[in-house]
Amino acid sequence: MKTELTKLILAVITENPQLVGGGAPVFIASSRDEQERIALYLSRVLNGMVHDLGNGVLLIVNH
Amino acid sequence: MLYHTSIIGGLAAGVLARLFMLRLDYRQYPTYPHDLITHIALGSIASLIGAVLIPALLLKQYTAVTFLALAAEQFRNVRNMERETLTKLEETELVPRGLDYIEGIARTFEARNYLTMFTAIVAGGLIVWFGWIYAAAAAAIIILLLQFIKTGSVVGDIAEVNVARLHFQGPVLMVEDIFMMNVGLAATRDKILSEGLAVLINPKDDNGRAILHSVGQRQAILHTAAALLGTKRDIGEPDFMPLARKNIDTGAVGLFILPLEKDFECLRNIIERTPVLESASRKPLDTQAGRIASD
Repeated sequence: MKTELTKLILAVITENPQLVGGGAPVFIASSRDEQERIALYLSRVLNGMVHDLGNGVLLIVNH
Repeated sequence: MLYHTSIIGGLAAGVLARLFMLRLDYRQYPTYPHDLITHIALGSIASLIGAVLIPALLLKQYTAVTFLALAAEQFRNVRNMERETLTKLEETELVPRGLDYIEGIARTFEARNYLTMFTAIVAGGLIVWFGWIYAAAAAAIIILLLQFIKTGSVVGDIAEVNVARLHFQGPVLMVEDIFMMNVGLAATRDKILSEGLAVLINPKDDNGRAILHSVGQRQAILHTAAALLGTKRDIGEPDFMPLARKNIDTGAVGLFILPLEKDFECLRNIIERTPVLESASRKPLDTQAGRIASD
């Protein structure tokens, strides 16, 4: 039986560093395209899902 | 010597009943030849136990009867066996069956062995007292009845399945006005909109609403749909997970799936034919309070 932490924010990707802070790793992107690309790559690596907070911040969450 | 025909006849009737109850379709595991053998073997043992019961009683072999009761106890293990196997397989299932579905399948297998035993007892007894023609007729009637009894109600009986609008409100995926999930990537949103299927399962009455309220029931629907239509969900693709969420005000369930075969009529058919799980089956309308609350 394997145990896994779920509902955990694994990474935060944003263009505006002022919007974020705290415990999760933050990735700063220079454009929306780059932000989405980083989010895609990270979600594949981490097996997580990309969520959009609607204010230009993307999250990778493990479900 | 006297009871040989009765035992053999009872055994034959029981095995026949078990064979008729083994339905090899997509919903009913076992779909594998080896499980088939396991179940036929257990069914034969059950029928033998049933067939021996009446001759043993008539010969006043009460010890034998006690042993039969002990043997019957073993059939509870069938349930555990099924449950364990399916729960283990569940870990690698991309769209899981859900514990309720597993429990339902396990219970069904246990019950079918008892029905097999019952058929064997009746057939064996009738051979002793009335001859094999009556026994054959009774066995045929029981087998026919079992065909009717074993098909419980299906989702189509309790709810209507309609096509629904799949759309995004910002990043939020919605089926009609039901919140499904937050999808962050624009490319994924486009893919979901162009390839996804959404349906709204509207309960016909309060009983249906209570059944669709069960998470296990919804998972069973999702599993069946994904098993038959295929799903684009894969390891590392959590965005394409089929989902079923209810409208908390009306109790209708919105279902979203990204199938390999995009065919609404097939999806409707599959959902309508998904069995209502025993553990999900609730009947608030059978109580006075439930009836009063429903108007």
